[in-house]
Amino acid sequence: MAENVPDYSDVPEISDYKYGFRDKDVSVFRSKRGLNRQIVEEISRMKGESDWMLQFRLKALEQFEKMPMPDDLNSKWFSLLPGDLSELDFNNITYYVKPSERQGKTWEEVPDEIKQTFDKLGIPEAEQKFLAGVSAQYESEVVYHSMQKELEDQGVIFCDTDTALREHPEIFQEYFGTVIPTVDNKFSALNSAVWSGGSFIYVPPGVKCEVPLQAYFRINSENMGQFERTLIIADEGSFVHYVEGCTAPIYSTDSLHSAVVEIVVKKNARVRYTTIQNWAPNIYNLVTKRAVCEAGGHMEWVDGNIGSKLTMKYPAVVMKGEGGKADILSIAVAGKEQHQDAGAKVTMLAPNCTATIISKSISKQGGKVTYRGLAKFGKNSEGSKANIKCDTLILDGESTSDTIPYNEILNDNIMLEHEATVSKVSEDQLFYLMSRGLSENEATQMIIMGFIEPFTKELPMEYAVEMNRLIKFEMEGSIG
Amino acid sequence: MSNKPNLKLKDIKVEIEGREILKGVNIEIKGGEIHAIMGPNGTGKSTLASALMGHPKYEIISGEAHLNGEDLLEMEVDERARAGLFLAMQYPSEISGVTNSDFLRSAVNAKRGEGNEISLMKFIREMDSKMDVLEMDQKFATRYLNEGFSGGEKKRNEILQMMMLKPGIAILDEIDSGLDIDALKVVAEGVNSMRNDEFGCLIITHYQRLLNYIKPDFVHVFMQGRIVKSGGPELAERLEAEGYDWVKEELGIEDETVGKG
Repeated sequence: MAENVPDYSDVPEISDYKYGFRDKDVSVFRSKRGLNRQIVEEISRMKGESDWMLQFRLKALEQFEKMPMPDDLNSKWFSLLPGDLSELDFNNITYYVKPSERQGKTWEEVPDEIKQTFDKLGIPEAEQKFLAGVSAQYESEVVYHSMQKELEDQGVIFCDTDTALREHPEIFQEYFGTVIPTVDNKFSALNSAVWSGGSFIYVPPGVKCEVPLQAYFRINSENMGQFERTLIIADEGSFVHYVEGCTAPIYSTDSLHSAVVEIVVKKNARVRYTTIQNWAPNIYNLVTKRAVCEAGGHMEWVDGNIGSKLTMKYPAVVMKGEGGKADILSIAVAGKEQHQDAGAKVTMLAPNCTATIISKSISKQGGKVTYRGLAKFGKNSEGSKANIKCDTLILDGESTSDTIPYNEILNDNIMLEHEATVSKVSEDQLFYLMSRGLSENEATQMIIMGFIEPFTKELPMEYAVEMNRLIKFEMEGSIG
Repeated sequence: MSNKPNLKLKDIKVEIEGREILKGVNIEIKGGEIHAIMGPNGTGKSTLASALMGHPKYEIISGEAHLNGEDLLEMEVDERARAGLFLAMQYPSEISGVTNSDFLRSAVNAKRGEGNEISLMKFIREMDSKMDVLEMDQKFATRYLNEGFSGGEKKRNEILQMMMLKPGIAILDEIDSGLDIDALKVVAEGVNSMRNDEFGCLIITHYQRLLNYIKPDFVHVFMQGRIVKSGGPELAERLEAEGYDWVKEELGIEDETVGKG
């Protein structure tokens, strides 16, 4: 074992990327590369939007153009350059692609080529098991969407965001852009100008959705930005679990994914938002996600980041009302030439709020993981608590990890705990597992699975299985 | 060749970081036999156990070791395990996030090989019955591997693994240390339940105590990195009654340890 030379022959090369199949392009409309007023107007016209949304988009475009490239993505407390964005060229991206004229209501109506892609991703299979409703985003427009009658009867709205704008304008306008204002950062401004698709959920007071609502996203065009916009409103005392999984095929030039996710958690409501993202290694994944909690509201982010060239994502919870609660659980896996700059932000503005952050990161083959977090206690955060735990597993000598916590404390009567560990797979652990007959690879995988188990155990069963498969695939042969 | 497992060591010498610890160990263990290696601390007993299993820290610099006629020293750690060698460790590692039962099933399947995996139901039934023998609470199946286990719980867990994996040759490295008398009896019962022609065992221990419950066929005294005296069960009894001094005297050994300085 000791004299083993690392064998990288099994390591997936870029061309082997598991979901890197590319289908024939079936789009009926594709905007020109680059971004200007005409393109934004075109997008809005194609979608048949009201003037209100067009003006919103145009204003956002102005703001996007004015804002500098971030050396700070998410406001001033990021004083360091989080990730390298120098190769990102806004003029070389297609901002809108509409894959087919109309949206499929039943599986049969979905075009065959798109269906084949979903088949490869296992969507219908997944549906049979757990789905309450599927809202799958193929390129920029939702093409397939079904929903169980039960949810409808309860008054739950679950549709793509474009549909919500058309069919539920009052509730849409009341909340859209209120959690993450356009000017929050350059990428939220960009998303506000060109957004397309995403999921919209409204859960009426007291309604508890028993089954998770799920969506599957996929970028299928070279250099096409994916700018989905998700808005979830959980009214008083309600509960919803939204699950989203992403894979993307591989292309030769860089692709940008820049989503905005806004969550409104009303009094005593609870929202759980689960994401697994497995981007191809050339994708910039720059996502702004934030929830606002009213009194007794409970927001849970479960966030898994695998792949991409650079991910910058810090799920945030702002606790505005007394007794607000935030749980943020994340994993990040960075391999060769990948940088996962991920973390969490919690802001406590009322008494007796609690926040728990658990971050697990793995770096290998020269990959870089950064935990970047904010814990902010406002003047009125009397009796609030935050507990932050960051664990990193580094698989080889060339990979790195950083932990960058920011704390802002304006109240004396609070509690803040921060714990960080960095570990390696130990020789004795490997020996132990191998002495029971597991190969070195199997043993390493088992240790890694164990490391991320606090995350996987929170996933719905089928996602946990998929997650384990992904991690196994990622780790194959990556240990010498 | 018969079906009886066989482990044969010839003049095994082992170094740790350039220091010679084992200075020529010879022993043959066959199916149906239980051997005990006894000796004071620091004489190299545990080194023998770890080196045979293939721990990367230990370098076998000369000698031969054959398991069922095959060259053990050519095999990786996992190959040794799959060939039927088992080591119950003195200090088993803790693996967070991996449940005991998931781990055991993977290990059982690794040995059975692809396409011949044990069915889940059969596995659970078998594990349940072995845990009953070892008086282990069912909750140990779902606890993380050795994490937060007491010393005694870890030892039982090692024996549970042995019973599930059914090795041809097992080495038990100080499996009795830290066990109270009740736990000792339970562990001994587990080992005794495996006694048959398809199972050979090498017990490494300081004390004769364990050998009251697992009757050895052969007893070897280990000093200065090798076996210095062999005999039957009566040898263990004499060691218990009189200690090791008479052996040292008889053989003219002043310092029984190895690798000091």
